[in-house]
Amino acid sequence: MSASSDSPVAVETHDLALRHHFATKEQQREAASLGMWLFLSTEIMFFGGMFCAYLIYRRLYFTEFAAGSRSLNVTLGAINTAVLICSSLTVALGVRAAQMGKRKLLVVLMLLTLVFGLAFLGIKGVEWTAKFKEHHVPGASFHFEQTELDGKSIDPQHIQLYFSLYFAMTGMHALHMIIGVGMFVYLTYHSWKGRYTPDYYTPVENGGLYWHFVDIVWIYLFPLLYLIDLKK
Amino acid sequence: MATAAVTQERENYLNAEYGIKSWLLTVDHKRIALLYLMSITFFFFVGGFFALLIRLELLTPAGDLVSADTYNKLFTMHGQVMIFFFLIPSIPAVLGNFLVPLMIGAKDLAFPRINLLSWYLYVIAGVLYSHCILTGGVDTGWTFYTPFSTAFSNTKVIEAGLAIFVAGFSSILTGLNFVVTIHRMRAPGMTWSRLPLFIWAHYATSIIMLLGTPVLAITLVLVVLERAFHLGIFDPALGGDPLLFQHLFWFYSHPAVYIMILPSMGVVTEVIPCFSRKRIFGYKFVAMSSIMIAVFGFLVWAHHMFVAGISLYSALVFSLLSYLVAVPSAIKVFNWTATMYKGSITFSTPMLYAFGFIGLFTMGGLTGLFLSALGVDVHVHDTYFVIAHFHYIMVGGAVMGYMAGMHYWWPKISGRMYPEGWGRLAALIVFLGFNLTFFPQFILGYLGMPRRYWQYPPQYQVLHVLSTAGSTILAVGYVLPMMYFLWSMRYGKIAPDNPWGASGLEWMTTSPPPTFNFEETPVVTWEAYDYANIPAPEEAPIER
Repeated sequence: MSASSDSPVAVETHDLALRHHFATKEQQREAASLGMWLFLSTEIMFFGGMFCAYLIYRRLYFTEFAAGSRSLNVTLGAINTAVLICSSLTVALGVRAAQMGKRKLLVVLMLLTLVFGLAFLGIKGVEWTAKFKEHHVPGASFHFEQTELDGKSIDPQHIQLYFSLYFAMTGMHALHMIIGVGMFVYLTYHSWKGRYTPDYYTPVENGGLYWHFVDIVWIYLFPLLYLIDLKK
Repeated sequence: MATAAVTQERENYLNAEYGIKSWLLTVDHKRIALLYLMSITFFFFVGGFFALLIRLELLTPAGDLVSADTYNKLFTMHGQVMIFFFLIPSIPAVLGNFLVPLMIGAKDLAFPRINLLSWYLYVIAGVLYSHCILTGGVDTGWTFYTPFSTAFSNTKVIEAGLAIFVAGFSSILTGLNFVVTIHRMRAPGMTWSRLPLFIWAHYATSIIMLLGTPVLAITLVLVVLERAFHLGIFDPALGGDPLLFQHLFWFYSHPAVYIMILPSMGVVTEVIPCFSRKRIFGYKFVAMSSIMIAVFGFLVWAHHMFVAGISLYSALVFSLLSYLVAVPSAIKVFNWTATMYKGSITFSTPMLYAFGFIGLFTMGGLTGLFLSALGVDVHVHDTYFVIAHFHYIMVGGAVMGYMAGMHYWWPKISGRMYPEGWGRLAALIVFLGFNLTFFPQFILGYLGMPRRYWQYPPQYQVLHVLSTAGSTILAVGYVLPMMYFLWSMRYGKIAPDNPWGASGLEWMTTSPPPTFNFEETPVVTWEAYDYANIPAPEEAPIER
């Protein structure tokens, strides 16, 4: 139980297997898992604030939200949704590979997840660039060419509100993706080093939980932002 | 700290390692608690300094000591420093950090490195906020109300917002650590119904930290985005709605009141049975009332917005729900009183603060009921009545509890006794100074003195002078303990392991505890607060 070893190497390996303040590995694993779930619950509340704002404004200014939604590129959004679902699959398989102790498979799956994550961010970047060129970014140079939708006039301020929420929500989501990508660089490296074994793979599992959470946020963002009133 | 440890013979967490690095890179929850103690004490005096300047300005009806703009910054920064840099972290990050593992028989919190990270986040936030203070400050009121904060204020709103955003993460990590620790790290036999009520209070507090703070975080992010990039979520000129800001802000900031008061209630619940030599009356009710306060706390936020233009019907519902919070709060007060009934009471310093807490918290709570009544609230909204009410809760309640706890566990933390006579004197000074400062403000508010005003009609002066006089007495009452605590680290009597004859695992280890808290993991076979079977200290540290 004692953590006081003179050799730093010994301390290091000891740290990985069982930190000094836990009695058993089971206890340590359960603590890490509960910690991650609690963290995700704080993330739900964090995004919840924006979803709440979205809900209220969409109900108040539906015409503008529909018009803003139609100006997005649904194809790219759908491709990105597919990319993220694939990445969730590779993460889930990765956790399984870690459990079974298949090191090479784990490295490949972590790398694949990383690539999917970067692909998502790349496509998102293309979409944002397009919006920037169309002057759909809120601010002084904001301009929305359409003035009415289905016979209802579009309020220039409320259409700006849609894009404010669009950029805040997708931006906050992308920030989480970037953090996730950084995490998978770390996980790939340590998988390659053989740090994760069937005995100890908590980081892979918790990294996976985080990634699934970020995916789920997008699963909600896609229909809420892209698919409002697509008729016609 | 190191000098005190030299004279200690047994190995403990203070003398286990020396040097600045052993403190800045420590993962020991007890050392992190002391790091927090030093940081929050610093901010307590910064916030107190602003408060004294405010009181000095209000000594005379004319606005003569500071300019109106400076006055706006003073009350804003007083509020923000005291709330986000002192009260929110106060008991949880200092006493909770120190005691949660000790009380449940664990070697440390579940995530020691995350615990250290939370302190560093606090420091980063503190540095950022201090920079904001030194380079001009912020004048939005602690509430950051839009559109003033996002469109009109020309002070450092973004920097202050980011500092509080980072401080919020520090608080989230503390809460997360506590919940996991309480769930997963309890010693064998430490069942949920044997947990000290201090732990229950921290469990409830942590839930609020986890579910409330992220909402404040996103709200501040949106304020910063609106101010910096004109994403108009809240500004009507950009299509948004300022009421939404108020809803989101108070969704955290009302429960935040319970982040401040629940841990204090936990402290008082430890102190009262110990100095009454009796088992706590109604253990389960006290435990569940903490959870009820946390749950109800999330359902009452709009009572801050009765005059902001919300619908009458929702105001009625929020008014009714606000009354409900009084039920679990009253359960606690009645149970504390019932615990003392026929107890063998010692008037020690922690107990004096606990008495102060019960009286002042009851005053604050009852005036809270006035304010949750719609008609009365419209009348006294934004007056000094509200100021007095929440200071009775936050200073009379939360800070009194913090002082009770600091005295009660000081022997465990430092291994030294504080001077009892000075302790009682300071407790008395705090109680008198507090009431002299804030009771006149109830009357001022009822007579119509608005909050946040820099000058006022002369008929209010007498009450303002009383309040200012009280605040200087209160300041003495706070400086005194800091001085004798520092003094006691070197000259205080060596503390025995259990100076109060108290129950609880933290008293069964040495004072100060060793780095891993217990020689061997304790096995709990008894109920909490089993004072019938615990002898009073042989040599009573203080006479009855």
